[in-house]
Parts: sequence; structure tokens; C-alpha cells
Amino acid sequence: MQPNHASGPASRLAARRLTISYTHRTVVRELDLEIPDGSFTVLIGPNGCGKSTVLRALARVLKPSGGEVFLDGTPIAGLPSRHVARTVGLLPQAPITPDGITVAELVARGRYPHQGPLRRESPEDRRVVERCLEQTGIGDLAARPMAELSGGQRQRAWIAMALAQDTELLLLDEPTTYLDLAHQMDVLDLCARLHRDGRTVVAVLHDLNQAARYATHLIAMRDGAILAAGPPATTLTADLVQQAFDLPARIIEDPESGTPLVIPRVHR
Amino acid sequence: MSRLVTAGVTASRRRPVLVGVGCVVLALGIALASLEPGSLFTSMTSADVFVFEQLLLPRVLIALLAGASLALSGAVFQSLTRNPLGSPDVLGFTQGAATGALVGVTVLGGATLVVAGSAWIGAVASAALVYLIARRGGVTGGPRLVLVGIGVAAMLGGVNDYLITRANISDAAQAALWITGSLDGSTWSGVVLLAAAAAILMPPLILASRALRIFEMGEDLAVGLGLRTELLRLSALAAAVVLAATAASQTGPVAFVALCAPHVARRLTRASGPNLVPSALVGAVLLVAADWLARYAIPDRELPVGAVTGLLGGGYLAFLLAQQRRTGRI
Repeated sequence: MQPNHASGPASRLAARRLTISYTHRTVVRELDLEIPDGSFTVLIGPNGCGKSTVLRALARVLKPSGGEVFLDGTPIAGLPSRHVARTVGLLPQAPITPDGITVAELVARGRYPHQGPLRRESPEDRRVVERCLEQTGIGDLAARPMAELSGGQRQRAWIAMALAQDTELLLLDEPTTYLDLAHQMDVLDLCARLHRDGRTVVAVLHDLNQAARYATHLIAMRDGAILAAGPPATTLTADLVQQAFDLPARIIEDPESGTPLVIPRVHR
Repeated sequence: MSRLVTAGVTASRRRPVLVGVGCVVLALGIALASLEPGSLFTSMTSADVFVFEQLLLPRVLIALLAGASLALSGAVFQSLTRNPLGSPDVLGFTQGAATGALVGVTVLGGATLVVAGSAWIGAVASAALVYLIARRGGVTGGPRLVLVGIGVAAMLGGVNDYLITRANISDAAQAALWITGSLDGSTWSGVVLLAAAAAILMPPLILASRALRIFEMGEDLAVGLGLRTELLRLSALAAAVVLAATAASQTGPVAFVALCAPHVARRLTRASGPNLVPSALVGAVLLVAADWLARYAIPDRELPVGAVTGLLGGGYLAFLLAQQRRTGRI
């Protein structure tokens, strides 16, 4: 697990000695992290452990106070912003839905890094928008105002927008928050499909069982440090849950998927 | 499917064009009416010609240009602060301009050019001050900018009150008229100045529409889409402040045009995004119409145009807020 500092990172997206501080508080300290190419990586950990912070730094939305994020072996801070935007897509936790926007318009905004300052939408842009609408199953909602959609439909539209950015790496910050269970599974199935199609997907999730079921690579964090990383089957143990959440739990096999299933113990 | 997608994207593109055309027609119509065309065709004395060429025509042109400039600036501010109440006032613009004008009137002698220049400097300087205070670690978050702006505006308001109490009565009256906003002193040199500012600053701001549309979806998403947000914020704020300050140097900080015009434009176009061009056109209509009202609403008595836009804009804003409250959005 100890990466070699002398050689460059092995994967396309990685962090070395990453330190992130807000005004008076260091949230992440000297963190080394690899996002395996082609993986569906899920970041888990208790509230405030720094998992969203790390994700935002990977998308260079946050400027680290120390260390470096590497994209394809190059420090991301030095890369042209348009190049990064064509390689790494980010769906943040609380994007702002512009007033009066339709679904198709919203998704079309994902094409921004592919357009010049003067160029209007190209036929290629329109094709990609259409494909993304269909991939997310909201083709028939294209002309509807976002304000009229349900929470689940709205989240699909946002994911379609991130997809329209057409990046090989896709970062999603808690994409299932505020959705009911059926819509959560729906969004995760969609993410899994995007991953199978060849994208590297990184998501922050709260639900450990969903993380175990969908992730190919799990990163567990606490207090701004990584506790464990690896495939869910070997990584998600009772010890880890205890360490990360101070929560005594049993791990059994998920009868549906065969992945680890976390059952919190009953307190008496 | 494809037709639906196209419909979704283009449905909202036709209305803005219609609104734009409508505004141009309306603005020109009111402008022509204000020029008192009846007198054009009857025999004009040389005095009439003078009034027309040197007083009426520049006045109408300044109303159009200043209205468009203030409104465009307001639309940019609403977009950049992601706040429907955004306007250059967010950066202490009116108070700063007033401080400049008061200094021009009370300390520097009160010549028209001097007042215009010092008001311009006051507005731009207060905006720069707010930006610099709000900037931390190379970043100015939207809310921080607004809060610092309120603080600086309050301080400048205190300075202004002090300057007015120190001024003699005629200076104070001159300053008060300027702060209210008036098109009375419109000159051809003012027209040239506003036209030049518009020609230089409006095209880049309108080109920034696409970037502003991305910016509105939130800082994280905009950065993720490759937008250099702080660069956009700084350059668009600077351009919008200079545009509004130049307009205000000729007319005074005409109340509410910057705040109100973008809302009217948005309601008319029903389009998402900053609506920059429709806003500018609505602003031109608003100011030229307000000036027309100011001159003819009360027979034989001319109101300062700022009083009319204040009454109209304030009324409209109250209506808007009441309506949004009823639909549960506030």
C-alpha cells in the first residue's frame, strides 16, 4: 500500500502527499492515493472524514495546501483547465439548477469544454447530448423544465450533464443523497453501467452495503487519512467498520450479490 | 427523440429574439416620441433647432445608452453573485459614486465635468475596495462579496451624510439631484463617451454570456467544466463596474434600472442564463420611457428621471417579490 515516491504514479489519477486545509483546520494530511484505471472506486468514511474534500481536490476544485494531484503523470495544477475538463468530469454535491432551464439545455451545458468562445453547438455536440439523454433514460424528458422533474429524474439529468462532458474519468460526490432507495439503486446501476462501458468512476457514498455491492475498489477514510483500500470483499471487514465509524458490526455475505453486508450490532 | 432534444434546446431561443426586436421597436418609438416629431415637420426657428440638436437629441441618446449600460451591468452582477438582487450596488457602487460626486461638488468646485469624473472615480474605487477586501487566498466567494459590499456601502453612506451636512445649501441640492439621477445636463460629449464605453465594454461582456451560464451552476461545477472562475469574476466585474460608472457619470446612479431590467427581461424571454442582450434592450426602453414620463407625467414640472425609475422599479420589485412568495419560491 506504500506508494513509491521516487517513481511517478501508476494510475491516471493519483495524489501524492496531499494536504488540504481550510482557514484554521487541516482536513487532509499527507495523503497518498491511487484511483486504479478502469475501476469503480468508492470513497467511504464517517461524516467530516475528508472524502468529499479529497474528491474535490482530485477534480482540482480545491487547491491543496501541500502535495500534488497527478493526472496522467503530470501535476494537475499545471495543466490547462480545458484539457482537465475534457479528461475528468465532476458532479458536485449541490449543483445549482438555473432558473427556467430545460433538461436538454442543462445536459448541453456539459459540452462547454468542447466548445470555443464563439462556436455554437455543433452537430457532434447535439449527438452527444442525445446519446447521454438516452443512456440515462430521460430522452422523453428532454424538453421539460428541470423544475417539473422528480428528485430521481433531476439527478439523472445532472448525471447526463456530467456524461455529456465526455470524460474518461467521472467523479460523483454523493450522487444518491436525497433519493429514495429505489432511485438510489437506479443511479448506482447507471454508474455501474457507465463503468462497464469503460469509464473510470469515482464516487463518494454513505451506504456501506451499496458501496460494497457496486465498487470494484474501496477506499475507507477517517480523519483525513486512508484506513484501507482494495476490493470490497477483502477490505470491508468488521475491524474496518469499527476503526472507521467506532461501530461494532458483523459482516455477512449479501445473499443477492455475494458482497460483504454490514450489520450493526445491537446495543444494550 | 431528436426532435424533442432540439425542441428542448431551441424553444427558449426564439422568445429572446422576439423580445429583443420588440424592445428595439419600443425604444425607438418612445425615443422618437420624446423628440417631439411634430415640431420637426413644422417650420422650426433657429431656437427650436438648437433645442432639438443640443438638448433633446443627446438627452434621448444618453437615456438609451445609459439604460442599456446600467441594465447590462446589472445582469452581469446578478449572474456573478448568483443572486437575483445583485446589481453594481452590491459593490457599494451608488454610495461610492455619490461620495465621488459630493467631493466633486463640495471640494472641487462642482463643474459638470469634475463631478462626472469624481463620481466615476468614486464608483470604481469603492468597487475595487470591496473586491480587494473580499478576496482571500485568491478567491472571492459570492456571499462574501455581497457582505463586504454592504459594509463598505454603509460606511460610504456615513461619509456622504457628513459631506452633505458640511455643504452649503445649493451644493447639497446639486449633489442630491445628481444622486437621484437626471438626464437634464445631457451633452453630445456625454453621448460620445457612453457610446465609446458601450462599444468597448459591451461586446466582451456579451461574449462572456456562455461562461456566465456555466458560472451560474455553482463554483465546483464551473471549475469542473474548465471555467477559470476567478478570472471571469474579476474581469466581468471590472467591465460591468466601469460600464455602469461611465453611464452614471452622465446621469447619476439612476435607481433600479440595473436591478430591475434583468428581471423584466427574464420574465419576457423565459430563457435561462444571464439574458444579457435582452436585459440591455429592456434597460434602454426603461430609461427612455422613464425620462418621457418624467417630462410629461406632471404638466409644466419635470421630475428627475431617477425618481421615476425608483417609483416604477420599486413598485415592480415589490410586485415580483409578492408574486414569488405566493408561488412559494421565497
